[in-house]
This record gives sequence, C-alpha cells and structure tokens, in this order.
Amino acid sequence: MKKVLALSAAMLMASASIATAAQCTNDTWKKVMSRGKMVVGVKADYKPWGFRDESGNLVGMEIDMAKAAADAMGVEVELVPVQSSNRMQFLEQGKIDLMIATMSDRPDRRKIVGIVQPNYYTSGTNVMSPKALGLTKWEDLRDKPVCGKQGAFYNKIVTERYGAKVIAFTGNAEAKQALRDKKCIAWVYDDSSIGSDLSSGNWDDFEMPLSSEDDNPWGLAVPLAEKDCVFGNFMSGLSYNWLQNGQLIEWEKKWGIKATSFLADKKERFKDWLDK
Amino acid sequence: MIEFIRQFFLDLYEVAPRWNFIFFHDPTQWERVVEGFWVTLQLSVACVIFSVLIGIVGAWAQGSPNRILRSVVQGYIQFFRNTPPFVQLLFFYFALGQFTPTYSPDGWLEVPIISNVGWAIISLSFFAGAFNVEIFRSGIEAVPGSTREAAEALGFSRLQTYIYIVFPLAFRVSLPALNNNLVNLVKTTTQALAIAVPELLYQFVGIWNDYPSAMYPSLTMVFVIYIGLVGILVFSMHRWEKAMRIPGYGQ
Repeated sequence: MKKVLALSAAMLMASASIATAAQCTNDTWKKVMSRGKMVVGVKADYKPWGFRDESGNLVGMEIDMAKAAADAMGVEVELVPVQSSNRMQFLEQGKIDLMIATMSDRPDRRKIVGIVQPNYYTSGTNVMSPKALGLTKWEDLRDKPVCGKQGAFYNKIVTERYGAKVIAFTGNAEAKQALRDKKCIAWVYDDSSIGSDLSSGNWDDFEMPLSSEDDNPWGLAVPLAEKDCVFGNFMSGLSYNWLQNGQLIEWEKKWGIKATSFLADKKERFKDWLDK
Repeated sequence: MIEFIRQFFLDLYEVAPRWNFIFFHDPTQWERVVEGFWVTLQLSVACVIFSVLIGIVGAWAQGSPNRILRSVVQGYIQFFRNTPPFVQLLFFYFALGQFTPTYSPDGWLEVPIISNVGWAIISLSFFAGAFNVEIFRSGIEAVPGSTREAAEALGFSRLQTYIYIVFPLAFRVSLPALNNNLVNLVKTTTQALAIAVPELLYQFVGIWNDYPSAMYPSLTMVFVIYIGLVGILVFSMHRWEKAMRIPGYGQ
C-alpha cells in the first residue's frame, strides 16, 4: 500500500526526474550553438569573484571564467546576476545555460543541477569578528547571536555544531550592517570573501580569528540532463585544463585573491608527465 | 500513523528527488516549521490587535476639534500608508534601532530593548494601522449626523458619543474593509524576513537553502499554511460580522 501511494504521488510530480533519466538530447549545447550566445549565471555581489565595477559592468574571476568558456565554444556571452537562493532554479528552468556562481559542491545540490568535475576552487567557513572581542575558538560562538546570509550551507553547521544563534539576513549588506551595529558578535561567511573584505581597509577593527572549517570545493554547473552529455563533458574538460595549465592561478593573482593551496595542489597533481 | 507519514515522504523522496518534503520526515526541520508558525502566529495576532487599536484611536483623533492633533494623524497616515512596509521594516530595525536603549551582556554586543520581532510588530502594526484609521473614518462618516446630534441632545460628550454611539455603528460598517486589511496584514508578516525575524517564510527559506530538493515542497507548504491562517481569520471575521448585525439597520 505504501509503495503504491508513494508511486502514484511520485508519478504526478516526477516530471523533473523523468527528464534526467532520458538519453542525451544535448538541448542546451544545441541552443547555445544555434543562437551563438551562452547565458551564464554569475554573482554580482561577491567581490572579487563576481561584482560590479564603477561603471556598472560585471567583472571578477568568475566573469573571466564565463567569458573564457564562451570563447572556447566560439559564442558570445551574456551574464545574468543570480543569488545564492535562486541560482539553482535559474539553471533548472533554462534561464541560464551555465552557472559559475561561487557555489559549494554539496551532495544535495548534485541532485538538482549538474555540478561538473573537477572542482575549480575551494573555500572554508570562517567568521569576521571585532578585534575587541578576541575570539579564539569556534566554541566562543555558543549561544551568541551570529549574523549570516540566507542561502549559505554552513549556517546550519555552525548552528548544530557550535550552538551559535544564526540570524540570517537576505543580503550580505544587511548582515554586515548588523555586525557593525553590534547586533551580533560575528559574521559567518566564506574565508576567502572575508579575507578580501578585511584587506579592503574598511574593516580595520575586525579580524578573522578562527581556523577555517569545512573547506568545500566549488563547482560550476550545467543543467542536470546535460551533465554526462556534450555540454557537461566540455565544461569538465575546460575546468581540467584551467587547473592543469595554471589559468585559474593566474586569474586568482589577477583579482588579488590570496593564493589557495587547492589550486597549487591541483596543478601539481595534473602535471604533464613529460614536463620535467 | 506518524511513522506512516514519515515513510511515505521518504519513499516519495526516493522516487522524486525534487519533492523532498523534508519537514515531514526530519524532526529538526519539522521543529523549524513549528517554530516559524508560532512566530507568524504571534506576529499576526499582535499586529491585528495593535493595528485595530491604532485605527480606533486614530479615527477618533481625526475627528477632533484640535487642529494639531488632526494634522498629526494625517501626517502619520501619509507616512505609513504611502511607503512600502519592506522599507519601513528595514528603516525601523536598522535606523531607529540605533537610537533605542541597549544593554550589553559582554562589552561588545548591544542588545536593543526592542528585538527584531518587536520592531516587526511595531512597524507592521503602524503600517496596517494607517489603513485602519481610514477604514474607520469611512465607517464614522457613514453614521448619520442626526444620530450624533441626537446623542448630543441627550447630553453625551464627544468622547461618550464616540464610544457609545458612533463607534459601535461605524464599526459594523467598517468590518468588510477591515477584514480585507487584516488579511493583507497577516500576509505582510512574511516581509519581516527582511530583518531576520524567524517567521514562517524565514524558516522555509532556511530549509530550502539547506536542502535545495525541498524548495517546491516548502513553497507548497507556505501556500497551504497561509491559506489556512487567512481562512481562519476570514471565517471568524465573517462570523463576527453576522453576530453584530442589527436587524433593520442599514437594510
């Protein structure tokens, strides 16, 4: 009885899963090629990966990646700003063809979008907190209000692991304002992003005092149905090349991001065996 | 029975990964839903009560012979009715929040006396209250001048006339419009999300961010819960409307 019920309910709602089971249709690839343009979802509020410069253009490390991907396919690029909380839906619904939007590669996310291997970057979780408080360990967050941003996977982790009371705002601007207003003792976010905030000179009274946790690789994503088809394989190869030939390290330097061992390790691992 | 529900939604998740009703099979997520529901309920009840009180007092002050009092009410209505509640919430919490007294448990934190839930109640009550003033004004204007004069002739003061004669009659006329506005108010509580009030939508956004596969089920649940909440409100308001009808009056 249970099985019958589950099945009948599922059949009503499982249109998405049927699509994934189908053979390669390469719809996205064909669409991109025929219209000569690839639509890429990127961040517009995540310096220096994707943000707006003074004249309002989208720039950043991931924007460079998007452009390089379109170049490799010989098509134009159109950039669409996405949010953490809607980026997967943009891809799922075909509003974008490719997503390069600082997304951590999580098991549950792989069921929704086609996260391409190898991963191209990584970041850990850390907090920005006032020097005056002198936090030293994650446990210091227990039962204290900590500001965060809706959509970050580690909100759940710091809540469950350290008992922090996460107050999640819709945007980074609100979360950081709340920290400045002393409404919370810390702002939990990606260590790489906090690092670039701290080096901006606007946060001199603040520090990143803890050791980063949950280092989590980032993945770019294609629609789930395309993952093991032409488009997914193409992006896979491209990611591999960027890691192998050090292109990502160059972009990292270009955008003034603190060098990560992740990229160096990957370059070493994928080293051409004939190169001595 | 509960185990049956749990298993059913687990099975559903197996066959349809996009329909992960996680809050029906994960106790932690269920707690988040329940918590969010309570906050929404508290917000709704508090805001409905305060906004109606504001409406009653405001409509009375609007008819006052004192010009200053009248213009204060008018200014209040213009300010709150003509600006978006979303902006009001942000403004109250971030800007005004700076000026309210705070206490500091650890030397750094400045915990305001008024929490974000408090600000949401204040802000939303004032917002809906501005509409309620106008709603009650329409009701008061529907009370015939002769009725008021008759009350005066009996020696009632202005306040007494308002409390015993004008308002009870006006209230009946205002109820349908008030009903509308309160329905709107209950729905507007979702905007408290902007200042991180852990109400229903906040919790569901949190759930579908933690579990992307739970997005459609979460949105479905949000719809169902609000239809239920608003349904209860509308039902009881209609009952009240019926109970208050005066046979022969206004027919």
